[in-house]
Amino acid sequence: MTNLKQKLFNNRLFRFLKENEKTALLGRLLKENIRQYGMFMALVIIMVFFYIMTNGVSVRPLNINNIILQNAHIIVLAVGMLFVIVTGNIDLSVGSVAAFVGAMAAIFMRRLGIPWQVATMMALGIGILAGMWNGFWIAFIKIPAFIVTLGGMLIFRGLTLLVLGGQTIGPLSGGFNRISSGFLPDIFSGNGTNLHLLTLLAGLIASVLVIYSTYAKRKNRRKYNFEVLPVWIAVLVTTLILIGINLFTFTLASHRGLPNVSIILFIVIIIYVFISKKTKIGRHMYAIGGNKHAAELSGVNTRKTLFLAYTNMGMLAAISGIIYAARLNAATPKAGELFELDAIGSVFIGGASMSGGIGTVLGAVIGALVMGVINNGMSLLGLGIDWQQVVKGLVLLMAVWFDIATKNKR
Amino acid sequence: MKNDYILEMKNITKDFPGVRALDNVNIKVKRGEIHALCGENGAGKSTLMKVLSGVIPDGGYDGEIFFDGELCAFKNIKQSERLGIGIIHQELALIQELSIAENIFLANEIVKRGVIAWDEANQRTQSLLRKVGLDETPGELIKDLSVGKQQLVEIAKALSKDIKLLILDEPTSSLNEEDSQNLLKLIVDLKEKQGVTSIIISHKLSELEQIGDSLTVLRDGKTVDYLDMKQEVVNEDRIIKSMVGREITNLYPKRNAKIGETLFEVKNWSAVHPLYDRKIVDNASFHVKAGEVVGFAGLMGAGRTEFLRSVFGKSYGRNAEGELYIKGKPVAIKNVEQAIKHGLAYATEDRKTYGLILISSIKNNVSLASLDKVLTRGILDEDKEVVDTEKQVKALKLKYSNINQDTLNLSGGNQQKVVLSKWMYSDPDILILDEPTRGIDVGAKYEIYTIINQLAEMGKAVIVISSEMPEVIGLSDRVYVMDKGRIKGQIGKESVSQEAIMKMILSKKVEVLENDELKTKAL
Repeated sequence: MTNLKQKLFNNRLFRFLKENEKTALLGRLLKENIRQYGMFMALVIIMVFFYIMTNGVSVRPLNINNIILQNAHIIVLAVGMLFVIVTGNIDLSVGSVAAFVGAMAAIFMRRLGIPWQVATMMALGIGILAGMWNGFWIAFIKIPAFIVTLGGMLIFRGLTLLVLGGQTIGPLSGGFNRISSGFLPDIFSGNGTNLHLLTLLAGLIASVLVIYSTYAKRKNRRKYNFEVLPVWIAVLVTTLILIGINLFTFTLASHRGLPNVSIILFIVIIIYVFISKKTKIGRHMYAIGGNKHAAELSGVNTRKTLFLAYTNMGMLAAISGIIYAARLNAATPKAGELFELDAIGSVFIGGASMSGGIGTVLGAVIGALVMGVINNGMSLLGLGIDWQQVVKGLVLLMAVWFDIATKNKR
Repeated sequence: MKNDYILEMKNITKDFPGVRALDNVNIKVKRGEIHALCGENGAGKSTLMKVLSGVIPDGGYDGEIFFDGELCAFKNIKQSERLGIGIIHQELALIQELSIAENIFLANEIVKRGVIAWDEANQRTQSLLRKVGLDETPGELIKDLSVGKQQLVEIAKALSKDIKLLILDEPTSSLNEEDSQNLLKLIVDLKEKQGVTSIIISHKLSELEQIGDSLTVLRDGKTVDYLDMKQEVVNEDRIIKSMVGREITNLYPKRNAKIGETLFEVKNWSAVHPLYDRKIVDNASFHVKAGEVVGFAGLMGAGRTEFLRSVFGKSYGRNAEGELYIKGKPVAIKNVEQAIKHGLAYATEDRKTYGLILISSIKNNVSLASLDKVLTRGILDEDKEVVDTEKQVKALKLKYSNINQDTLNLSGGNQQKVVLSKWMYSDPDILILDEPTRGIDVGAKYEIYTIINQLAEMGKAVIVISSEMPEVIGLSDRVYVMDKGRIKGQIGKESVSQEAIMKMILSKKVEVLENDELKTKAL
């Protein structure tokens, strides 16, 4: 009898210890990603703060919409900038490139009468060429990126002024304008509810994808006999994510649904998270930023990789410029000013390292959102651009300080 | 009466998060002697010296330090310097773009009425340089000096501060034989003529044996041995025994490799310096067979690294030309990627600058040269990557806690194992190992030698560059001797010796390939 009790006890002890081991994994994951989770928590806290201060105005569907629209172009730039910074470089020309691309798109549509779909593609091509221009000087001629892109900043700003003749061109084509200001069509409309059903459906599809990927990841880790998080933690985390997604889509569905630009953002983020984590070229970019010599001697083609990073940056700058011009429904000579600094700031708030090799796409996106939410919240509170700049500057400083402080402890 | 000991450190204990770096360490250094401090990597030598020099301030450790008979509590380096303790680190702390005088008086400028008195500084620099046996002028820039001379400037800098105790951390690790001997002689001179006491940390046990008066051995953060080298005869084996806690009977383990046919051959290779129009490799030819270990001996700057890096995907120099043959077939290799595809691997002499991404994980470092192996349909499979890389590093007995930990915090020997793991994972046929044991301790050296033997036994061709002659001799089946970018000749295992190598370096003849025949020609 006592023997059996002992056995039972041992069994329970064993299970307890095993369970503990798994929570230890959670602790380690938290510790390893403290920067990202920290910034995410900061974002949530900032949102709650403004929610309270504005009596809930900040989370009304209209305002959520505004936050997305006002920051989409910076988020896209930040994603591209992340890769540039991860390789240990910088791009100061993105604001000017975005302006130039917007200007060219306007000229194609208004002056040359090219259909907006074709004009958009051509504008995208111009962005890619601008990126290749920067990439060529940096990767092949080996001129420091700071110099090349400072030059690019002036060159493309000058070209923008030149092609626009100092004038604003607008309004642009309606179809082009809808890239930013349009919403997903409500194909299920007229069914008696005020909710935008396609938006809700999008939320559900995203939920299914999240569940599937979590499951697939666990299965793969099991296959290799790695430790996995205890089921209850995995379920809890997934549930929180699902609630977040569906709360977001439900809020928007009660207004006009998902804006078109959110779909662009979603696709851009998914693609680049994938590139950074799951592809050879992504790994090579991190390697170059971590130690260029070691990467080279390990067979990484540093010139090709750098060239690609800048070409890609040019393309994303073009997308950013198109989104911005579409939102304004006009191309102006002043478009894109200081975009580069917002993008660079977002990347550093998101935990990237100045010297390269460290940083994540999601971090950069969160960094851009932190800045965007602060801007928006302060506007709602009636604080002007003056205070917004001061606070943004302090946030950047604090974020990097937090970074250094947690790194030293490790 | 003053104590006979200039320095006594008593019961020093220092904890880092998770590890006890020093555990009740005791060390005594007599006035006017050369004290040798040795131990494996991670034994706590550098930490102990950091405690002594105030880099780890008082309060950061437990225990007492008596210097000149007085209890000291240093808060920073300045305080220890003021009492006359000077430390010269392994990595030189000189500013390349400044002159010798500017470096020597950096942060210690001679200031008269708010202005630096350069005339006096230069004058004093001149006499300091004389003391360390340099005939350079004070205005010369550091970057124009050889590493050996830079090391001497460091010592002059320490002397400028009226030191009583000089600490040298691995002073000869990047010096050639001749410069090393000069330096050792200088340390002895300083002791005899100026009464400067020295503590010297080194992995080169023969040097410690040569100049040391007494010796302390650390192991795992504890003092395990104190030897008075005047009282008893201390030889290398004796030191090794207390360093590793066991006897290593033969530092170079036996190898049972079957030497097969020629795997790799280089004919008439030449290359030009990346910046200057100077030939760094001049018409060099060599070959290596399957299962064979071939050594490259020569003095520092003989062009061995430059030669083999230029062969490895033209990763050094310009205008590289010559013929490469793999298994008898001519191949064209334009870049490192192609070199790796053709089964070549090059493990660098400078792990930190050229070998590792220090801010990146063990896993990412090991897989970097062979990412194709962890791709499934173009997508990185990180789980497979973990399994593969863990298998690889475990085979080399890497000491690590997590495959995702950064390589930055690994010890020198373990970092070297990560570099080797990377190249073993790429599964090459021909491995070029450049100074594979630089700066790593005896125990780890033995393990690296064992790995080299295993590689040869697997039928791979191994090329070892080493500036430590006993190592080249102990490891190689055949030794090529290089000097000034030329191959002076080769020596077989039977007749190789330090004298034979030196004689070949100094000889006026060179070995060249003409019409596929090796010929010895006059220079």
